[in-house]
Amino acid sequence: MSGKTLYDKLWDAHLVKQRDDGSALIYIDRHIIHEVTTPQAFEGLRIANRKPWRVDSILATPDHNVPTTTVERANGVEGIEDPVSRIQVQTLDDNCDEFGIVEFKINDHRQGIVHVIGPETGACLPGMTVVCGDSHTATNGALGALAHGIGTSEVEHVLATQCLVAKKMKNMLVRVDGVLGEGITPKDVVLAIIAKIGTAGGNGHAIEFGGQVFRDMSMEGRMTVCNMAIEAGARAGMVGVDQTTLDYVKGRSYAPRGEVWDQAAADWLTFVSDEGAEFDRLAVIDGADIKPQVSWGTSPEMVLSVDSNVPSPADESDPVKREGIERALVYMGLEAGQAITDIKLDKVFIGSCTNSRIEDMRAAAAVVKGRQKADSVVEALVVPGSGAVKAQAEAEGLDKIFVAAGLEWREPGCSMCLAMNADKLGAGEHCASTSNRNFEGRQGYGGRTHLVSPAMAAAAAIAGHFIDVRDLDAQA
Amino acid sequence: MKSFTQVSGIAAPMDRANVDTDMIIPKQFLKSIKRSGFGKNLFDELRYLDEGLPDQDCSHRPVNPDFPLNFARYHGASVLLARENFGCGSSREHAPWALDDYGFRCVIAPSFADIFYNNSFKNGFLPIVLADDELEVLFSEMYAAEGYELSVDLESQTVCTPSGQIFSFEIDAFRKHCLLNGFDDIELTLQDSDSIAAYESARRVSAPWLFDAVKA
Ligand code: SF4
Repeated sequence: MSGKTLYDKLWDAHLVKQRDDGSALIYIDRHIIHEVTTPQAFEGLRIANRKPWRVDSILATPDHNVPTTTVERANGVEGIEDPVSRIQVQTLDDNCDEFGIVEFKINDHRQGIVHVIGPETGACLPGMTVVCGDSHTATNGALGALAHGIGTSEVEHVLATQCLVAKKMKNMLVRVDGVLGEGITPKDVVLAIIAKIGTAGGNGHAIEFGGQVFRDMSMEGRMTVCNMAIEAGARAGMVGVDQTTLDYVKGRSYAPRGEVWDQAAADWLTFVSDEGAEFDRLAVIDGADIKPQVSWGTSPEMVLSVDSNVPSPADESDPVKREGIERALVYMGLEAGQAITDIKLDKVFIGSCTNSRIEDMRAAAAVVKGRQKADSVVEALVVPGSGAVKAQAEAEGLDKIFVAAGLEWREPGCSMCLAMNADKLGAGEHCASTSNRNFEGRQGYGGRTHLVSPAMAAAAAIAGHFIDVRDLDAQA
Repeated sequence: MKSFTQVSGIAAPMDRANVDTDMIIPKQFLKSIKRSGFGKNLFDELRYLDEGLPDQDCSHRPVNPDFPLNFARYHGASVLLARENFGCGSSREHAPWALDDYGFRCVIAPSFADIFYNNSFKNGFLPIVLADDELEVLFSEMYAAEGYELSVDLESQTVCTPSGQIFSFEIDAFRKHCLLNGFDDIELTLQDSDSIAAYESARRVSAPWLFDAVKA
């Protein structure tokens, strides 16, 4: 008998009932909710006169609509200027109060982006099933958990039944072998993966990230990679549990302690793929080949190494793809063949659930320390992912480094990742962004997003155009 | 849940790959706490020439004359033809809500992003997968003939063209059953309450740390 994959084990451990038609009921251990995708779910519960099945499995926080300036944040929910955003945040508060759900409210020091606070507080643990009405829930897969985004109807379903109706996905292994070059970050790794397998590469699959590069990677780095599994088409991305996982989880506020910790840790270490487990799909990359990545187009697969040139539609034989390139060039205001390093930036955004944890803040600060933002960059925001990240960064003096370099230090939230609050791009503006989506209009109407790592975004803020962060010294 | 049995209606094109849910319904409209009313902002950035705002009267906005859905010949369309990886990106269920509210009842594409595919069924909106070459036939016939109508029948799992050509599609038996009957997923799952409770009690013993409450 061949072994089981990590995903097989997580699935089996949570299977409540297999139905004859191939669908199954899967038990959900942790349900994280935010203000955008839940109002209609609570409304549904009320209409049907239902109650949440297990209230103590739910954790809520507002993140998408919260303002990030200290001034606008000062007066809590009432202080949110945009009335539509205010209603949405207020609705989450009201629903949580009504149903007795624990919520880190807008100015609670634990508030933050859902996918940052889950692992950080220990609310999400290895071996768990985690869902949230948000596609980047896969971030939690870094813990060795089965975590994925769901729609609003499913949010209501999980609230009412603690289960999800699911069909088992296929197994895909993305292996990155060897060792990364100096200065290459987890963001570069995941962008390189998406460039290779495409935005539909993982459709219908749960992706496990394996190989030496992930074994050597920090937990926060693994989160950055799992975060973008969805941009590779997979609802879930995950990494097997090892000592790095346990060291990360130990001592977090909701993590088990004492004897229960020992019991849990022993259980968690079984959440790895067995030797000889079979995968339906496999993609292999050599870590040594990965260079700093920059997205040039309007889909996360339109990514190149910083030393390359923007592609030419003429070189593409597939007509649908060729049109995609043509359209992206027009939208992005780029010339075919133009060097990536010639792309000038108007704004820089360091934040989002992909790259707003403390290691990201440190990486960006290390680059800008003692340097000055280019004058041509009109705005450079650094937005920590949570109150805890913010406090830690300030304790290390990172906020001062950013401010001294001409960057802005903000309050935690999703911010310019999707521009549901006041932080957004103007039409035609180019932004070096550490977020995860470069879709048309994502960061503001007509805005042009380039996805990069925190170090590369910081380097772009200094240079005013893209530059290999490793060359910054040589240029200065 | 809304049921789906069959639909016959005008087909309209969304002729590009990787149509993401940000494109289907831009984020500023996600601030609504309702499920309806998203149709007027479907494909907002492509359909109109100005920036759309929530709660705005769209009837006086400048429309993009080059965007096919604005062509008179596609008005009243109920079948959307699309390309690969339709509905990728954000998990927002507002995407099928917006398509449905606009008047589409189904979308035919060579492939869909997983979450969008799933969300569609919960709303009586049918995503149909046909092969690339089959879609090629539909696209070219549609472009060639104004008023081109398709008939979709869920029971027999077929798409029928005006000339009588029939394409079959696959669909999961459970999903089909629920859609045809308009079953409420939650109601169905709650019929298994005992199994859920039994699973839960066993896990409380074998993995107690999973049940430590999230505390304020
Ligand atoms: S940071 Fe961006 S991608 Fe992450 S949850 Fe917020 S809006 Fe979504």
